[in-house]
Amino acid sequence: MGLTAFLALVRKDLQLFFSDRRSVILTFAVPIAIASFFGSIFRGSSDNDEPAKISIAIVDRDGSAISKAIVSGIHADKSLATSMPALDQARAAVQRGDVAVAVIVPPGFGDAAGRAFLSQGDKPQVDLLFDPSRGAELAMVRGVLTGHVMEAVGKEVFGGAQGRTIVDETLRQLDSSALPAGTRDTLRTLLQSVQQLNQQSGQTGGPAIAVPFRVKEDAVTGGANTQYNGYAHSFAGMGIQFLLFAAIELAMGILIERQLGIWKRFRSAPLSRFTLLAARGASGTIITLLTLLVSFAFAMIVFGVKIHGSVIGFAAIAVACSIMAATFGLFVAALGKTAAATRRVATFAVLIMVMLGGAWVPSFIFPAWLQRITVVIPARWAVDGLDAMTWRGLGLDAAIMPTLVLLGFAVLFGVLTVVKFRWEEA
Amino acid sequence: MLAITNLHKSFAAIRAVDGVSFGVEPGQLVGLLGPNGAGKTTTVSMIAGLVTPDQGSVTIAGVAVSSDSDPVKRRLGLVPQDLALYDELTARANLRLFGSLYGLSGEALDRAIGSSLTLVGLSDRADDRVKTFSGGMKRRLNLAAGLLHDPDIVLLDEPTVGVDPQSRNAIFDNLEQLKSRGKALLYTTHYMEEAERLADRIVIMDHGRVLANDTLSGLRARMAPGADGKTRLAEAGGEGGASLETLFLTLTGRNLRD
Repeated sequence: MGLTAFLALVRKDLQLFFSDRRSVILTFAVPIAIASFFGSIFRGSSDNDEPAKISIAIVDRDGSAISKAIVSGIHADKSLATSMPALDQARAAVQRGDVAVAVIVPPGFGDAAGRAFLSQGDKPQVDLLFDPSRGAELAMVRGVLTGHVMEAVGKEVFGGAQGRTIVDETLRQLDSSALPAGTRDTLRTLLQSVQQLNQQSGQTGGPAIAVPFRVKEDAVTGGANTQYNGYAHSFAGMGIQFLLFAAIELAMGILIERQLGIWKRFRSAPLSRFTLLAARGASGTIITLLTLLVSFAFAMIVFGVKIHGSVIGFAAIAVACSIMAATFGLFVAALGKTAAATRRVATFAVLIMVMLGGAWVPSFIFPAWLQRITVVIPARWAVDGLDAMTWRGLGLDAAIMPTLVLLGFAVLFGVLTVVKFRWEEA
Repeated sequence: MLAITNLHKSFAAIRAVDGVSFGVEPGQLVGLLGPNGAGKTTTVSMIAGLVTPDQGSVTIAGVAVSSDSDPVKRRLGLVPQDLALYDELTARANLRLFGSLYGLSGEALDRAIGSSLTLVGLSDRADDRVKTFSGGMKRRLNLAAGLLHDPDIVLLDEPTVGVDPQSRNAIFDNLEQLKSRGKALLYTTHYMEEAERLADRIVIMDHGRVLANDTLSGLRARMAPGADGKTRLAEAGGEGGASLETLFLTLTGRNLRD
């Protein structure tokens, strides 16, 4: 009797789910649409795609060899899209949000920077006008600018015409310097050596000193020929979010059944409490799993997302995640009183859960303290686990911990449901 | 068939049911009457296993219900006051589910669905979604859902609320048929004429207690002048003519209940 009833209850939930075609389409279409949007933002770079660039404006009010070298370096930088407006236009562009940062190189910057490089004179100041809503881009521009300034000044001082002049002037002014005598003598020796180097490089035709390293960028993914696919992460994140929303619908179903008096029929039948809850859990698991798998199937077909890691691991995480979501839905039903009020609270809880779980944006951009505490969020384990099995290309062993943790959350939600569920139907 | 003995139930400080006892025999319809808040629904809920009594017992054919999944509950059918149906499913799909809850499957379930739909006159609408049904049709389907597994005892909680006279009459005919087949029926209602027409015995409750438990004629006799030294029947309308409603109001008072 128990199995017949169990299967009938599961079938009923599936019938109800599929009976509302509009709702079914929305259930599958909305996560796909949102994940596609997020994926297009975070998809990363590939051979065919131009990476997203930070738009900046440069105002070179100096015009020296050093400032020109800086501007040239920034222009050539792959991560920046540069324009060179006048100062007023640059400020207006930042204010409008057209550019994230405007770099203002003041008059006399090249000379002052060269002298400061040799410990003579004050450091010149570069002004950065920035859009306060784009603080992260400011930090990146600051880093890129520092690199180009150091490279330009270093090259010029150790080989450029402006650098030679600066070295010569610095040597002449060294006697009147306020530096201690010992330091002054050491610096004189250094500058004389630089003069010699400059003369030799003038004869050989190249700078005597160059940037001491090159950068080779190599994305570490599932394999040598595997490129990062941002859609893998966005579909994992949105898949988890809408899987949890589907779990809320499961809870709503129970609360509405109570409201309609249908639960009285269930309770008056010779059925154990376990049968009633397990049937709901099973149908919830099937529906939520379907939500996740349809999303991923779309991502695989349309955006080329692949499981570069373990397929079994991916399946294990997906199933564990769906069981967790179904028990979460049961727990919501156990706590809820009316469907409308419960839906609001549960939706808020899910949004917080997926936000902190890294479903919207990768969790690595969170502050360190937040990254540490979000390990108590099941969505974090689900998203990280699915990432590990897709674009990270990790093996089955990397799926074990997320699977166990998600099943642990399922047990926790299940126990809480049994404790809190209102069984009496007055 | 159904024996209720000394049932008690309190919700916080409110004593909803306070020592209720009565029984229902096969082929008998017992009308359970009472004003709002009298304890009728709580009593029916305890019989159906929806609420656990604080004290007292419910036995079905002499067997007490020991657990949620006790097979003896199969002998009980509940027709709740609410239209406890899935609007999005067809009548047949609803009945298939509710029959399966009692272990029915395959041909047995198909037969049960067919005979229940025939009983309530909905065979031709079996494959229509319930949301397309009128209120009266839904009430009849609600009744069919409680009868699918052929229970010996049927609990009917105000099964005719909000239905038109035709559907009500059809439901009465169904209940007469069930009585004639030996089913024990417990019927709660606010409609006195329904109890007068259908009930073999009438139990009147108020404030969680049973005030009267007798046949209609027995109730009238109990209320006759001189039986308790008062002349309530005379006030109520004369010898032999007191309506059940008059008797009910005499027993439970005329104060408004909310």
